[in-house]
Amino acid sequence: MDASNRGVLLNRLADLVERDRVYLASLETLDNGKPYTASYALDLALTAKVYRLITPLQLEFMQRLNCKTAKEQSLALQGDFLCFTRHEPVGVCGQIIPWNFPLLMQSWKLGPALAAGNTIVMKPAEQTPLTALHVAQLTAEAGFPPGVINVVPGDGPTAGAALAAHMDVDKVAFTGSTEVGSIIQKASGESNLKRVTLELGGKSPNVVFADADMAQAVEMSHLGLFFNQGQCCCAGTRIFVEGKAYDEFVERSVQRAKLSKLGDPFNMETDQGPQIDEVQFDKIMELIESGRTEGATMLTGGSRHGDRGFFIQPTVFADVNDDMRIAKEEIFGPVMQIMRFDGMDELYERANKTQYGLAASVFTKDLDKALMVAQGIRAGTVWVNCYDKFDAAAPFGGYKMSGFGRELGEYGLHLYTEVKTVTIKVPQKNS
Amino acid sequence: MDASARGHLLSKLADLIERDMVYLASLETLDNGKPYKYSYNIDYARAVGTCRYYAGWPDKIVGKTIPIEGDFFCFTRVEPIGVVGAITPWNFPGMFACHKIVPALAAGCTVVLKPAEQTPLTTLYIAALCKEAGIPAGVVNVVPGYGLTAGSALTEHMDVNKISFTGSTGVGKQIQCASGKTNLKRVSLELGGKSPTIVFADADLDEAVLVSHKNLFANMGQCCTAASRTYVQDGIYDEFVRRSVDLAKKRSIGDPFCGDVENGPQINRAQFDKVLELIESGKKQGAKMECGGGRHGNKGYFIQSTVFSNVTDDMRIAKEEIFGPVQQIIKFNSIDEVIKRANNTTYGLAGAVFTKDINKALTLAQSVQSGTFWVNCYNAGSPASPFGGFKMSGIGREG
Repeated sequence: MDASNRGVLLNRLADLVERDRVYLASLETLDNGKPYTASYALDLALTAKVYRLITPLQLEFMQRLNCKTAKEQSLALQGDFLCFTRHEPVGVCGQIIPWNFPLLMQSWKLGPALAAGNTIVMKPAEQTPLTALHVAQLTAEAGFPPGVINVVPGDGPTAGAALAAHMDVDKVAFTGSTEVGSIIQKASGESNLKRVTLELGGKSPNVVFADADMAQAVEMSHLGLFFNQGQCCCAGTRIFVEGKAYDEFVERSVQRAKLSKLGDPFNMETDQGPQIDEVQFDKIMELIESGRTEGATMLTGGSRHGDRGFFIQPTVFADVNDDMRIAKEEIFGPVMQIMRFDGMDELYERANKTQYGLAASVFTKDLDKALMVAQGIRAGTVWVNCYDKFDAAAPFGGYKMSGFGRELGEYGLHLYTEVKTVTIKVPQKNS
Repeated sequence: MDASARGHLLSKLADLIERDMVYLASLETLDNGKPYKYSYNIDYARAVGTCRYYAGWPDKIVGKTIPIEGDFFCFTRVEPIGVVGAITPWNFPGMFACHKIVPALAAGCTVVLKPAEQTPLTTLYIAALCKEAGIPAGVVNVVPGYGLTAGSALTEHMDVNKISFTGSTGVGKQIQCASGKTNLKRVSLELGGKSPTIVFADADLDEAVLVSHKNLFANMGQCCTAASRTYVQDGIYDEFVRRSVDLAKKRSIGDPFCGDVENGPQINRAQFDKVLELIESGKKQGAKMECGGGRHGNKGYFIQSTVFSNVTDDMRIAKEEIFGPVQQIIKFNSIDEVIKRANNTTYGLAGAVFTKDINKALTLAQSVQSGTFWVNCYNAGSPASPFGGFKMSGIGREG
């Protein structure tokens, strides 16, 4: 199939996702529990953009990349040769996606892989397979040839492991926990050295200086942590507040947390739905307990909300120090940690003292502070005076144990191409 | 340090390697056994070329500004990965030391390099040149040792951010596992191969025979890209075999410091035994041994230049990487058949075709699953052209 035709199919898929927007958003909320308002306005909006904007754009990059010849890319070999690179598809891509943003994660995986000419075997999270299956149907309706996109629902240890260990799968792309990411990397080494890309967990530092716009910092920090019931790999879960502003920030954050409305995610007033399941609920409650026993100050929340469903009260801990479990382990729930800092050197050391490296943010009006933090924190994405700003064109991925490889933007294509260098002897070169 | 300053240091390193080329090439021949003329003209010519090429890159590593939606300014920074653990093989020791050190430094990383235990000498000398070039203390570190001890220490270290390894596929797999067991360090691997050369009846026969011969026997067959499966089309098969055997018989073997010698010894006893064992398997499995087949002389690990004809795809000599002076010449009929057979391997490092027909050339270039593909040539490369494997020949591309 010509590359340009792939673009046509992807555009058609975007049309179909938009046509079925209400249905998909509802199905997502039913399966995942996230507020319908968020499903519709955020998940679906960005999903459609990935299929409509970024994948055709990536397709165009692909076509340009494949035009690189000796002249343009100056693969200047010594001797009489014409040398060029081809950016070929990797082949069969196993893709394993998580339950926190099912549709969106599916688009981040399908889009670039298809743009680069690969075929896909996708395993959605067992907790939330429904929207992935509907979109699979839409790909058939869009006209993708049978066999190109395959969705196989199942559990990690069975279906996921089968993909990671398969001798004929050329690549596996995984978004999920660091623990499973490690298992997948090992599986690659034990089987056929399939290419691996991983988007894993985080314990992202959010730095608030005393000169920040306090209202903005409080609001963005609140959303940066509590969005999606705290179930975001890049949640700003270690909030370092400069000494001078600490007390005010803590008080205002607690007030803000108390305003959150919990309830039926189909209710348009709801801010926070339930956690995804009992396993996560128990894990979060256990970590909240550890915060209490290890001596952090719990200022609001801390318990189950109501007596039906896995709802957890928005919880805020202050006086958190760096060796508490709530400051080190990924909670993946509505639990905020606020710690105090004084001085840049101390900040760099503490912010970087983690095996994670997914995201970071800084709130300040000072140019120097903003740039020094952006440069000094080892994280794949740094936000300045904002949080969770995603775009189909901006690459996203982790440093260190938060993963490797970047998704979205042009960088996302590199994960799905295999470079072949072709060198042809010519009688005599003239440049 | 400014990016441009890194470039100056790498340029200086290139100058020093060039200054000491005679010494380095001699030391390499002493340690490895490869003919001196090749140490000098290939290993160190390439090493200098790689240093000069990457010396130009540091201040050209640029990020992007990205026009995202909303009132935001978005840009990417291309940062160094950090501490790179590099593990190099014994077949081109000094050359690979440069191939690993120089791009890492160009990108702003620091390096801890473990040279092959069989051949540490030139790498240690290059480390001394790094110091003389003015590369700051602590940036380039060479730790000689064994794979199981020094190598594993690097691959399992929680503070090493990346491993760059060139060597066998077996060890490459262990390194990938080690990354998963420890800190998910980034891994790039350059591994083995069983690279197919396809010679069509319309090829320039002399050229095809000579190039295939040279690129199998070079470095005593100890090349990851060795042309170790030579598929020759029916009509010219017998003549191709005859001319290849001629060349093999004429190939001089002896003291690698002696001007005319083409082949020195294999690297050590273990490799020597392995190569002879595979030659035995060729005989047992029914290939026709046209020449060579045993030890050369009675001192040192020298092996006669060996040619097998009537080789079929299921023989061990057609499937396993031999890493010795043993050529397999295999018959084929049609283009579709040879493409299937060429790709029927878990390796995917290189491939080549000899033909005058543009359609055959480009069809093969597109269809053979390998990271590098040559048309009417072999092993033509430069630091500017990316090199690496498909499938189990590796992950990632080097210059």
